[in-house]
Amino acid sequence: MGQTINEFIANYGELLIEGTRDTLIMTGVSTLLAYVLGVPLGVLLTITGAKSIWPHRALNTVLGWIVNIGRSIPFIILLVAIIPFTRLIVGTSLGVEGAMVPLVISAAPFVARMVEQSLAEVDGGLIEAAQSFGANGWQIVVKVLLVESLPSLVRGAAITFINLFGYSAMAGTVGAGGLGDIAIRYGYQRYEYDVMLVAVILSVILVQIIQSFGDWFARRIDHHAR
Amino acid sequence: MIEFEHMKKSYGTGAQAHEVLHDINLTIRDGEVFGILGSSGAGKSTLVRTINLLERPTGGTILIDGQDITGATGRELKELRSKIGMIFQNFNLFQQRTVLRNVTFPLELAGKPKAQRVARAERLLRLVGLEDFADRYPSQLSGGQQQRVAIARALANEPKIMLCDEATSALDSTTTVQILDLLRRINRELGVTLVVITHSLSVARNICDRVAMIDGGDIVEMGETAELFAHPKSDILKALIASADEQNGRDEDKDGKPVGGSADAEDDGKER
Repeated sequence: MGQTINEFIANYGELLIEGTRDTLIMTGVSTLLAYVLGVPLGVLLTITGAKSIWPHRALNTVLGWIVNIGRSIPFIILLVAIIPFTRLIVGTSLGVEGAMVPLVISAAPFVARMVEQSLAEVDGGLIEAAQSFGANGWQIVVKVLLVESLPSLVRGAAITFINLFGYSAMAGTVGAGGLGDIAIRYGYQRYEYDVMLVAVILSVILVQIIQSFGDWFARRIDHHAR
Repeated sequence: MIEFEHMKKSYGTGAQAHEVLHDINLTIRDGEVFGILGSSGAGKSTLVRTINLLERPTGGTILIDGQDITGATGRELKELRSKIGMIFQNFNLFQQRTVLRNVTFPLELAGKPKAQRVARAERLLRLVGLEDFADRYPSQLSGGQQQRVAIARALANEPKIMLCDEATSALDSTTTVQILDLLRRINRELGVTLVVITHSLSVARNICDRVAMIDGGDIVEMGETAELFAHPKSDILKALIASADEQNGRDEDKDGKPVGGSADAEDDGKER
């Protein structure tokens, strides 16, 4: 080692910037798509519950199974197991695109549970009030459940994002790149601890920023009495 | 006019069925303030919820203006509910919506254009004395103010009937009197029929033209408020009056007039 900071930046700067970019794209897009799948799933889980607005025991049970199975498969196994499916969807099982498919598939059931949890916090009295004014099921979901739980949903999104941030490191095994992949390749495999350290520090800073932003934003839009 | 004919309500089926309302026969006249008095668990909340079918009767019929509503679904149900306003003990305001957008909510459901919704909501907020609070959120208001917003919201669709489910039970006695005055005014000025559910004798006395005493899922007696309270027949109403008189002996104001919420003394201080 013994290199100056300038030399370090010259040697690894581009790599780390690229890694940061890959991580943020991979994690951000995966979070977004996980919500596209997870929100409807979470809403269905909620409203098909016994005491909710559209009780449907069989559907509720089946959805619960699917979500539990999805959540119980270790990510690294899922990553490999669904390679044919990944190829079908994005044309490759490698790189950032190849990693995003398993990231989304593994996060969607988690998101569904987070959404279910947030919706469960909505006061049943509000649903009754909406019904008393003639709201139908769709209106209750869109105008009451999702609106009233928005701050809680935002907090959940920050947690999901950070979870996927961690998973994305494992996606390095399919050559997806990103900060986690850099830390593993340089630190674990090549003993270049300075690169590993910087990659880890960058990860820590990014996670802090995302969590703080999530908390700040959720507080800002939250009008519930506390 | 709301007519109950042999109306029954039970929960569960078969051997587990549990009947909470037995053979309710009752006529509520247009433009009156009708009280349903009873202790908790008597079935009064269930009874009032059958009027807008939040609870579905399991027997008998309910007629509103001569029309059988008991089996209404879909569009018919939506129509029915839009004609019946409702306010609640805990106000049930949408916390993530401003005061104005709480009041426009029923109009949104009805698909009214925005300009019309806002104009109507502003008029209603003036009616309840909260025109300066349109952009606040419910969490920034006192309990009494929140119930006023809820009243404005319940009036949004110009209902002919308004259901009040323990509307003042979470309020202190001064605020209770103010809310009851407002409800009375709405009844007189807008001609809205009020169905008032309460466990409080003083609320019934203060606002109701007629009262039905309900106990164990039955209407045990019914009549003009003053007459009913002067000559109670059922043991339960006699007991209720005796305990309220005892309370009044302590709480009466200088004019000897009972204070609005005297029987609700235990609820004082609950206001947020």
